Amino acid sequence: MPDTKFHRKKDLPSTHLLGTGTPMCAGCGGLEAVHEIYDILGEKTVFVNAAGCMTLLSVYPFTPFRGSWLYTSMASAAAGAQGVRDALDILLAKGRITPEEDLQVVVLAGDGSTYGMGLSAASSAIERGLDFIYICYDNEGYGNTGQQSSDATPHGARTATSRGSRGFPGYKKDLFSIWTAHKPAYAATAVGAEPLDLARKIEKAGDLKGPRLILTLAPCPTGWDYNPRESVEIGKLAVKTGLWPLKEYIDGKVVHTHIPTQRLPVEEYLKRQGRFAHLFAPERNEAILSELQAMVDTYWEEVSTGLESGGKGSCKEGSK
Amino acid sequence: MKRTLLTGNGAAAWGARLARVEYVPAFPITPQTEIIETLSKWIDNGEMDCRMVTLESEHSMMTAAGAAAVAGVRVFTATSSQGLLYALEMLYTVAGWRVPFVLVNVSRGLSAPITLEPDHNDILAARDSGFLQIHCSTCQEVLDSTLIAYRLAEHERVRLPVIVNMDGFYLSFTREPVEIMDTEAAGRFIGSYDPENIQFRASMPISQAVAVIGGSPYSYFRYETHLAAMNGLGVYDEIAEEFTRTFGRSYEAVEAYRTEDAEFVFFMIGSFATKARDAVDRLREAGWAVGLLRPRLLRPFPEDHIRRALAGKRGVAVIDQNISMGKGGVLYMELASALCGQGKTAPVLVSFIGGLGGRDINLEEFYEIASVTRKAADEGRVPPPRLLYTAEELKEVRKLQAIAQVERRELGGR
Repeated sequence: MPDTKFHRKKDLPSTHLLGTGTPMCAGCGGLEAVHEIYDILGEKTVFVNAAGCMTLLSVYPFTPFRGSWLYTSMASAAAGAQGVRDALDILLAKGRITPEEDLQVVVLAGDGSTYGMGLSAASSAIERGLDFIYICYDNEGYGNTGQQSSDATPHGARTATSRGSRGFPGYKKDLFSIWTAHKPAYAATAVGAEPLDLARKIEKAGDLKGPRLILTLAPCPTGWDYNPRESVEIGKLAVKTGLWPLKEYIDGKVVHTHIPTQRLPVEEYLKRQGRFAHLFAPERNEAILSELQAMVDTYWEEVSTGLESGGKGSCKEGSK
Repeated sequence: MKRTLLTGNGAAAWGARLARVEYVPAFPITPQTEIIETLSKWIDNGEMDCRMVTLESEHSMMTAAGAAAVAGVRVFTATSSQGLLYALEMLYTVAGWRVPFVLVNVSRGLSAPITLEPDHNDILAARDSGFLQIHCSTCQEVLDSTLIAYRLAEHERVRLPVIVNMDGFYLSFTREPVEIMDTEAAGRFIGSYDPENIQFRASMPISQAVAVIGGSPYSYFRYETHLAAMNGLGVYDEIAEEFTRTFGRSYEAVEAYRTEDAEFVFFMIGSFATKARDAVDRLREAGWAVGLLRPRLLRPFPEDHIRRALAGKRGVAVIDQNISMGKGGVLYMELASALCGQGKTAPVLVSFIGGLGGRDINLEEFYEIASVTRKAADEGRVPPPRLLYTAEELKEVRKLQAIAQVERRELGGR
């Protein structure tokens, strides 16, 4: 990968920009990703936030950000980004601010907002070609209110609103494909547990103009029910089992940035989390377990034959 | 002075143009759409140096308006009815951001049943949002109020968004002669936008609209917003006075028409007040001592002005073009609370509800309103709120219901 300055882990920034002592839970996979993203995006950013866990990052009079911040609402962060971007462009055009004063406009939203009520505003912002980065920290449920199921909840997961023996009956919405159907400048999936992959994607997104999505899986100890110390491992398992494909959309093509050649069984990921415990005890729910494995197998089969959703997919060997 | 025939919508667009607005987030809705179409045309022709963006909803539109204002540009937007309510979450939100911009609302009745014609339930739903409200009764007033609204919003003691309200159809689509002031003179009056301490710059990082924990800081910021709104009373008077000195037209916070020697007063807002004016003149000819009091400013509520104007009156007929289900007219409650504790000098207040969904209030009804109010004052007894409706109207609705029944039966229903 010659076009990156991130070749190995030691190339990652050693100066960390995001302040500590936030009220996020111990082991928050979303905060892990935001830390890594912020180190690369830098201080010349304005985060436009939608209601969610991360809203509590900036609580008067404290903020962990060295740059700027605007909380909007649950449904309209992308519209807030539109207003800020347009205003900055107007001020630049009129010479009321210098180009050095310009900011990267970054939406920061959880899956509750992103996959649900925020989708309309985001879709319309992409359609308008808004120059912004949209970061979604996806912990697969309404985490801030106690992990009720959202449009991002995976099939079979137990949530505060699906406590039955079969867990959540729905299927996770494919946000990546929804974005790429809009033909944005860039879209990528990522996870904080794979920082090099994430860094390269932020680097790439930061150099582009237009609508850019960074969809990060956000392992959530409180919502997913596991020991906070295991967050990184669970993030890695999501990738190794093939459940969370790392990919990007650029120049009209979907490219997988990492292909797990020796995929672990999805069980290795599921059994580590209390939210899937009912699939293993008191007895194994073979139907759901094999369905979940089959979904992942089918996905990767289609990737290898170039048929995965988003079309025109191509594969590229990962760094590992 | 040269005057141009303009609709209320056209006047609002001219107000925005003369205020040199820089950014217009938009979303179409009847009867407001002409405003954004007019602005769009001027922008496309190069007559206005402004950027317009059509969002996918009023909720997003209001978010973009507030967000652009916090980033430091002068913003204008417009909506109506369902759109205002769809944006309501953001009305409260951006008012809390303390962003000075102007929203023109073209009043239209709320669903259900869905309608296009005006009443004031939409704008009164925004009553407690933190937006200040100026209510207009003529097209000239719409243009002038838009300029005044920017001065009020941007004033250092206020720093709150302002709604300029006009009635759909009756003003929005009615052409009246309007004086469009000289661009330079308007520019001098309006001045350039000073974002003060709210803006986004790389060299001056700022966190805006952050969360608070606990009722104490929350209350502090809410009280501060209220006190800023209250400052608007004095500030409005100053700006209106300067407007009169500059352009000759007078816009007091409360319009008093022939109230000085009146015994009875009509109390209402919006364009239907011009009908009340006509009724006042005719009733005067018939020997009645009647006047009209029309608050232009509804938030902040100009209580002192109203108390002074109504001191010693015998009766006030409050005519509400809105209805608070299970209670009655909102203006009536507003006025009653303003006059509460005024002792024996307080007039009898009689409540009338009419003009919903564009239903006319005709002269005869104003006469009846005056007569009922006089009777209440004479007898010292306040009748329950009167819902204006004629026997003829009821007959018409019964006909519609009969048709509906027949149609249903023909389709095999019961």
